[in-house]
Amino acid sequence: MSVLDVRDLQTHFFTDAGVVKAVDKVSFSLGEGEVLGLVGESGSGKSVTGFSILRLVDAPGRVVGGQINFRGEDLAHLSDRGMRALRGNRIAMIFQDPMMTLNPVLRIETQMVEAVRAHDRVSHAAARDRAVQALAKVGIPSPEERLAAYPHQFSGGMRQRVAIAIALLNGPDLIVADEPTTALDVTIQSQILAEVQELARETGTALIWITHDLAVVAGLADKISVMYAGRIVESGPTDAVLAGPAHPYTQGLLGSIPGHGRRGERLTQIPGMAPNMARLPVGCAFAPRCTRATDACGAEAPSITDIGPGRALRCYHPTLPAEGVA
Amino acid sequence: MSVSEQSPPVAPVAAPRDRWRTINLVAGLAVIATLGILLSGQSIAQFPARVILLIGLVVLAAGLLRGRAHKFFSGPSAYFATASLLLLIVLAIFATELSPQNPYDLRQLDIMDGRLPPGSTTFDGAMTFHLGTDEQGRDILSGILYGLRVSLSVSIFATLAAMVIGVVVGIYAAWAGGRIESILMRIVDFQLSFPSILVALMLMAAFGRGLDKIVIALIIVQWAYYARTVRGTALSEARKEYIDAARGLGLPAYRIVFGHLLPNCIPPLIVISTVQVANTIVLESSLSFLGVGVPITQPSLGLLIANGYGYMLSGQYWMSMYPGVALLAIVASINMVGDRLRDTLNPRLQK
Amino acid sequence: MLVFLLRRLTQSVFVLIAMMVVVFFGVFMIGNPVDILISPDAPPAEIEATMARFGFDQPVHIQFLKFVGNALQGDLGRSFVHGESAVSLILSYMPATLELAMLGLIFSVAIGVPLGVYAGYKADRWQGRAIMTGSIFGFSLPNFWVGMLLILIFAVELQWLPSTGRGEAVEVLGLRLSIFTADGFQHMILPALTLALYKASLVTRLARAGTQEALMQDYVKFARAKGLSETRILMVHVLKNIMIPIITVLGLELGSMIAFAVVTETVFAWPGMGKLLIDSILTLDRPVIVAYLMMTVVIFIVINLIVDVVYTLLDPRVRVKGSAA
Repeated sequence: MSVLDVRDLQTHFFTDAGVVKAVDKVSFSLGEGEVLGLVGESGSGKSVTGFSILRLVDAPGRVVGGQINFRGEDLAHLSDRGMRALRGNRIAMIFQDPMMTLNPVLRIETQMVEAVRAHDRVSHAAARDRAVQALAKVGIPSPEERLAAYPHQFSGGMRQRVAIAIALLNGPDLIVADEPTTALDVTIQSQILAEVQELARETGTALIWITHDLAVVAGLADKISVMYAGRIVESGPTDAVLAGPAHPYTQGLLGSIPGHGRRGERLTQIPGMAPNMARLPVGCAFAPRCTRATDACGAEAPSITDIGPGRALRCYHPTLPAEGVA
Repeated sequence: MSVSEQSPPVAPVAAPRDRWRTINLVAGLAVIATLGILLSGQSIAQFPARVILLIGLVVLAAGLLRGRAHKFFSGPSAYFATASLLLLIVLAIFATELSPQNPYDLRQLDIMDGRLPPGSTTFDGAMTFHLGTDEQGRDILSGILYGLRVSLSVSIFATLAAMVIGVVVGIYAAWAGGRIESILMRIVDFQLSFPSILVALMLMAAFGRGLDKIVIALIIVQWAYYARTVRGTALSEARKEYIDAARGLGLPAYRIVFGHLLPNCIPPLIVISTVQVANTIVLESSLSFLGVGVPITQPSLGLLIANGYGYMLSGQYWMSMYPGVALLAIVASINMVGDRLRDTLNPRLQK
Repeated sequence: MLVFLLRRLTQSVFVLIAMMVVVFFGVFMIGNPVDILISPDAPPAEIEATMARFGFDQPVHIQFLKFVGNALQGDLGRSFVHGESAVSLILSYMPATLELAMLGLIFSVAIGVPLGVYAGYKADRWQGRAIMTGSIFGFSLPNFWVGMLLILIFAVELQWLPSTGRGEAVEVLGLRLSIFTADGFQHMILPALTLALYKASLVTRLARAGTQEALMQDYVKFARAKGLSETRILMVHVLKNIMIPIITVLGLELGSMIAFAVVTETVFAWPGMGKLLIDSILTLDRPVIVAYLMMTVVIFIVINLIVDVVYTLLDPRVRVKGSAA
C-alpha cells in the first residue's frame, strides 16, 4: 500500500513579475519504507514540492491544484487543524541548513519536548525520555546532558542530527528531507546518509530525499524522480535510471559527476543556465539547452510516456533503454 | 509630475537635476527667510511673506516627491495625511486672515462672553463661537488658529536651524577625523544620553519664558541628532570610491563636501527632520504646558491646553479639548507623512 | 565580563564629572537665589550676610570646588524652600516616581508586545495596518493631553478612578509605595497609562518589526513542520527572540520615562520627583534642581549597567561569549 501518492501537484507563486509555476503537475508515489530521490538543480521546484506536501509553502506561493494523498487522505484539502496534527507526527521534515532550523534562544530540551507534546498528551518527563532516546539513536553522545544545551553549542553536523532526532520523535510514516547534507562537510555527509538510511530501514519510514546531487541518492534511493523547471522529466527505479538515463537532462546530470572507472574521461556539462521560472518557453523547458532539440520541442511540451517497468519520461528524443548509453 | 513648466528655467542649458537643485535651494532659503521675518514680529510685508512661505513649502515638497509621487501616495492614509497637513499649514499661515477675531486684541474681547460652550453667540448675535470661548471671552477657534501658527513656526524654524548646525558639525567631524571628531562625538553622545525633555526643561529654566528662548532651547536639544546621523552617513559615503575619485581629480574640499557628500546625506535627513518637527511640536507644547515655554502673549497650542486645564474638571472641556485635537491632528499628520516618506525615500528599501 | 563592567564604570565616572560641570554652571545662570531667600527690600547688610551664609559671595570657581567636595560626600546642599537636605528630599520623592515609571513600563510592554506581534503576524492584512496607524497616533498624542482626556473620561464622567494624588501608601522595604494598596493602585492606573502610551507605540513598532523578521526565519518554518500551533510559535519561538531587543530598548527608555514623568506627574498632581523638579524650577530652588539632575544621571548610569547585564543573561549566544572571554 502506498504511503504517499501525489497526483498532478501544482504550486504557483503569485509574484509581481507574474505567476511562477514552481511545481507543475508533478506526480509520484511512495510505498512503505521506500526512499524516493527527488533530484534537480536549484530552482527546479524540488524543495517547493517537499514543502507543498507539508503545506508549508510561504506566501506568495500556494498549492493550486492536484492531490496529495497521504494514507488515503488528500492533504491538499485537509483542514489547517488536521494538517497540523499530521506535521511532525505522521509526516516529518528535515531542512537544509542546520544552522538556521533550530531556534537559537531555546534549549534543545524545549524544542524536542514541545514537538512530542504537540501531538501526544504525555508528561514532560515522558516526552523528555523520548527525546533522550531519539538523540541517542542519531548518535549524539551523552544525550541527557546535551538536552540542556542551546543550538549554538553544537556543530553543524550535530545540529542536523538533532533535527533528524526531532523528525524521528513521533515515529513518522514519512520524512521529507530537503537537502539535509548539502550544508555539511563531506565526511559528515556520508555518516549522516548512512545513519538515515539505516533508521529509515529499521523503522519502515518512507523517505523523500531532495537533492541536487545524483551521487547522494545513488546508494540511498529506491527510485528517482528528476525535476526540471517545475516538472518531473524522468522517473524510475534508481538502478535503471542511473544505468540508462533516457532524458538528455538526466544524462547531463550524470555526465557532470566525476566517478569511479571514469578517470581520464571528460566530464560533460549541461550548456546554458537554469531557466527563468517566470518566463518559461512554450514547449519543453529544457529545449534551449538541449543538443537534440527540434522544432517540435519548441512548439509543445512533451507529455509523460511510459518507457518500461516503473519508468516514465517527458521527451521527444529520448535515449531508449534498448539502445543503451552507458 | 511636470512642475518644471510652472517654474522658469534658471539657465537655458541647465540640466533638470541642477535646475531642481537650484529651485530647491531658492525655495529653502525663501522659507527660512520668510519664517525669520514672520517670527521676528516685523509687520513689513506680512501677507506677501506668508504667500511666499506657502509657495516655498509646496515647491520643496514637490521637489522631494518628484518621480516618487506614485510610491508615496500608495494608500488612502497618505492622501488623507497630506491633505490634512496642507490644510493645517494653510490655516496656520493665514490665521490672521481666516480667524473670526484677533484673540489677542483686547478691544475685540468682552469678558461677558467668557466660558461660553461651543455654538454660543455673542450677546448681540453678531458672531458665533463655534468652539466656545475661554475665561476672557476669547474665541477658541481663533485661539487655535493663532496657536497653531506659533506651534508650527517655532518647531519648523528650530528644526531647520538645528539641522543646519547638525549638518555642519557632523560633516566637519567626519571630514576632520581624529581628535576633533572624537571630541565632537563625545559631546553629541553626552547630550543624547539625556532625554530631550529634561535638557529642554533645564534650558528653559535657565533662560526664562520667551519665543526666542524656546526656539534656542529647541535648537540645542536637537542639533546632536543631526550631527550623529550626518556623520554616520558621511563616513559611509566617504569610504565609497567616487569620493576617492573626486579627491584623485584634485577637486577642492568644499566641492567634494557640498557636491558629493552632502547630497547623499539628504534623504535620511529629510525623514528625520519631518518626524523631528512633530516631536518638537510635542516637546514645545509640553514645555508650555509646564509653564516654561512660550510667553502668555503668544500662546501655542500647548499653552492653550494648559490654560483650559483648570476648567476641564468642572466639565468645561472645550477650552482644552479642541486645542488638543488640533495638536493631535497636526502631529499625527506630520508623523504619517514622515512614515510614508521613510518608506519612499529609504534607500535600503529601494530595490 | 568583569573587564567590560570596569570599562563601563570608568566611562560612567567621566559622565558624572562632565555632568557636575554642566549642571553647576548651568544652574548658576538660573535667577538670583538671594531674591527668593530674602526680600529685595531688606537692608544691604542683611542681604550680604545671607549671601555669605550660603557662600554666594565667593568667586564661581571656589563655589564649584566646594560643590564638588560636598557632592563627593553625598551632600548637594539644602533646599531653600523646604529647608532640608536636597538629597534626602529627592530620595523621599523618588519612590513615587520609580513605581510610576515601572508600572508604566509594564503597561507599555503589556499593551505593545501583543499588539506588535499580532501586527507583525497580520502585516499585510487590515488588522496589521490598523495597528500601525494606531501606533502613529500613540506617538502623536501629547502626554499631558492624554492625561487630561483620561481624567475627563474616567474620573469626571465615569467616576471609575481617582484623578489626582497618590492615594494610600504603605512602607515596603523601607520605601513608601502606593502600588501595594488597592487605593494606591487605583490612583496609579491613569498616570501610568498616560506615561505608557508613547512607549507602548514604540514597543508595538519594535515588536512588529521583530515578528516579521522572525517569521521569515527557518526555525519558524521548522517549528511549523513539527506541528506546533501558531499560538505556540508566536508566544514561544517568536516572542523569545524579539524580547531581547525590546528589553534592551525599554531598559534604556526607563530613564526617559522618569524624565517624562515630569509632565505626567504635573497633570495628575502625583507627588514624585518630577513634580518636585517643576516646583523647584518655578521657585528657583537651585540645590534641589542640581540634586535632581545629579541623581538622575546616577539613575541613568545604573539603568544602563543593569540593561547590559540583563541583555547578557537573556541571550544565550552572548552569555557564552561573555563567560569564555
